[in-house]
Amino acid sequence: MTNLLLLIPAALALGLLGLGAFLWSLRTNQYDDLDGEAERILHEDPL
Amino acid sequence: MSAAVMGAEELRLAASEAGDGTMTLRLAVPGMNCGGCVAKIESAARAVPGVETARANLTRKTLTATWRGSRDRGADIARALEDAGFDAFALDSGEGEASEGAERRDLVRRMAVAGFASANVMLLSVSVWAGAGEATRDLLHWVSALIAIPAVAYAGRPFFVSALRGLRARRLNMDAPISLAVILATGVSLAEVMRGGEEAYFDAAVMLLFLLLVGRWLDRTMRDRARSAAQALGRMAPRGAWVLDGQGARAYRHMTDIRPGDRVALDPGARLPVDGVVEAGRGTVDAALVTGEARPVMVVPGDALDAGILSLDAALTVRATRVGEDTTLAEIARLCAAAEDRKSSLARLADRAAAIYAPVVHLLALATFAGWMIAGADAREALLVAVAVLIVTCPCALGLAAPMAQAVASGALFRRGIMLKDGAALERLATVDHAVFDKTGVLTRGEPVVTDALALTDGALRHAAGLAAYGTHPLARALAAHAAARGIAPAAVTDVREEAGAGLSGLSGGRSLRLGSAAHCDAEERENGEETACWYAEDGSPPVRLTFADTLRDDAAATVRALSDAGVAVSLLSGDGAGPVARVAALTGIADAQGGLRPADKIARVEEFQARGGTVLMVGDGINDAPALAAAAVSMAPSSGSDIGRTASDLVFTGASLGAVVEAWRIARRTRSVILQNFALAAGYNAVAIPVAALGHAGPLVAAIAMSSSSLLVTLNALRLNRGGAA
Repeated sequence: MTNLLLLIPAALALGLLGLGAFLWSLRTNQYDDLDGEAERILHEDPL
Repeated sequence: MSAAVMGAEELRLAASEAGDGTMTLRLAVPGMNCGGCVAKIESAARAVPGVETARANLTRKTLTATWRGSRDRGADIARALEDAGFDAFALDSGEGEASEGAERRDLVRRMAVAGFASANVMLLSVSVWAGAGEATRDLLHWVSALIAIPAVAYAGRPFFVSALRGLRARRLNMDAPISLAVILATGVSLAEVMRGGEEAYFDAAVMLLFLLLVGRWLDRTMRDRARSAAQALGRMAPRGAWVLDGQGARAYRHMTDIRPGDRVALDPGARLPVDGVVEAGRGTVDAALVTGEARPVMVVPGDALDAGILSLDAALTVRATRVGEDTTLAEIARLCAAAEDRKSSLARLADRAAAIYAPVVHLLALATFAGWMIAGADAREALLVAVAVLIVTCPCALGLAAPMAQAVASGALFRRGIMLKDGAALERLATVDHAVFDKTGVLTRGEPVVTDALALTDGALRHAAGLAAYGTHPLARALAAHAAARGIAPAAVTDVREEAGAGLSGLSGGRSLRLGSAAHCDAEERENGEETACWYAEDGSPPVRLTFADTLRDDAAATVRALSDAGVAVSLLSGDGAGPVARVAALTGIADAQGGLRPADKIARVEEFQARGGTVLMVGDGINDAPALAAAAVSMAPSSGSDIGRTASDLVFTGASLGAVVEAWRIARRTRSVILQNFALAAGYNAVAIPVAALGHAGPLVAAIAMSSSSLLVTLNALRLNRGGAA
């Protein structure tokens, strides 16, 4: 039982972390141009 | 068309200004196809002085650039892109696009929350099913409830809202049983947990929402992508024109600000936005998109012109006679809208399924509840079983069946250069039994090519091509392309002058060259009803007559044959004269051909075919085709066509091949069979699951397994559409 009290919050916290990361990446437009980003990595950054 | 044609004024109007003086311009760059293009386009745009940021989006084929200061910078950017080899068109930085994106993003957020909740609740549920002791079970249930209830409230909102909207309109849509199942399951589970019961359906409720949100998001994404691609192509129409005032000064005015009686200046290469009468100037105009006539037409003062006509080499002053709602163009738009209205009776497969499905599910759940009460169970037990029935029958697989298949098919089409505007159009395309083609620009290329290749010697062609390179007239471009195809490099030509309505002249190696009309080259024109011709003259040799014709697309005949072989009737309806129509019909093997049709005639013919019970596919590109495109059950337009034609059609294909029509038709047929298989799978699953659930044997575990496995099966089946290449 005490294990659970520790593990469940830990599992939820990790899950929430993942959810937060996803929502953050969504908000910062990282899914706007999936094809372009895949190609961009092959080129020198012009900046 | 190029940025230069589109005009700097369009670009000026399209740029949007932020509060701090930063200008933002979105450009559609249809030629952006690879990673290398991205780098080239961005560096070309950044090289323009003053540009602060330039970001290309390969998925949407757009470039967003920002700068400070003058609006005119937009035209510089478009020109820089054109120099780099990419045509660019202004996109409205309007709110329509932004709100669409926001809506889809909202769906993704809800989907993410539902996914998170369903994963975590499922983990907890697995522990319960593994046989957790009573106290542990209650704890796990409470934690599940704490995760599930806010998640259901947030992620379920789109369904609840839509179900309520449906109810208010006295209709049961697919969202009604979904909402009922989710809310009842959550509520009953909460009641169970409060009294320390064994069974809770939190996992089922959130998983249901997650899977359905996936389906809805797929549907949305597919439609948005196709629409933004189609929109990018649709921006080529003029949104304004140069208007001359009494003193002859020019001012650029938006369409809505032009009044009848205004004098509009039409430059070579521009489209006329209003109906009008030529006041001054003469030259050739291209009416192909308006009337279907392939040959350029000579106009002189006094001639009436329809909106949408393209000036080839004429600088005309046109007095506007009808503007806005009164133009021929607007009349055609009204015909389109009326035809769309008549078409709305063609419901989507999924909606038809939902219309039967929702009441049946509700009745089943109610019957189960009543049955258990009659059999002597208490209300709590009967309610639990009824909830199990609702969850098990909930249309996860059904909700995914159509969008999943259509999304995969739309992706497959997109890779072949075919843009699908609406998934439902695929369903209609699959059942087509009559294909109707337009002639100019559809069966033919819509642009002239040199027909008598040997009229000019290589040496003469070298000079003629050098002169033609300076022209914007389609015939000059065709001649330049002809030289390039024969591998002849154009000669250097100096002192080039272009005389509107006449032709080009220049000097090369001390000799004067002329290219253009017969009069321009001092020749005697031999009039021939079906040929398009121009003349070329050099000092010291007699003028040469060059003939051009609008040739067939390479695979026009093969496309017609493939369709007829598959049992699809093929017709040709054109606005062009009977002669050219008969020739094209003979070359492509179409028996049923008609020429000289006006837009209203085309729509009448299409509706006549459909009244006989046919499902018509209309392939057309012109303004004159638009009403027929809207009236046909399903329609396709080449991306080179008029924007009103593209707007009216369900699919738009890029590229020179007419084979896209057959390919789209084949993919549509496969998609339809996959959707029907998916419905059969979902129905078969329900046939097994409903009795089990109604008899009270479907606990939360069974419900969860059944739901996820059926959804997975449907998804995998849809993914099969990606395989098997073009066939």
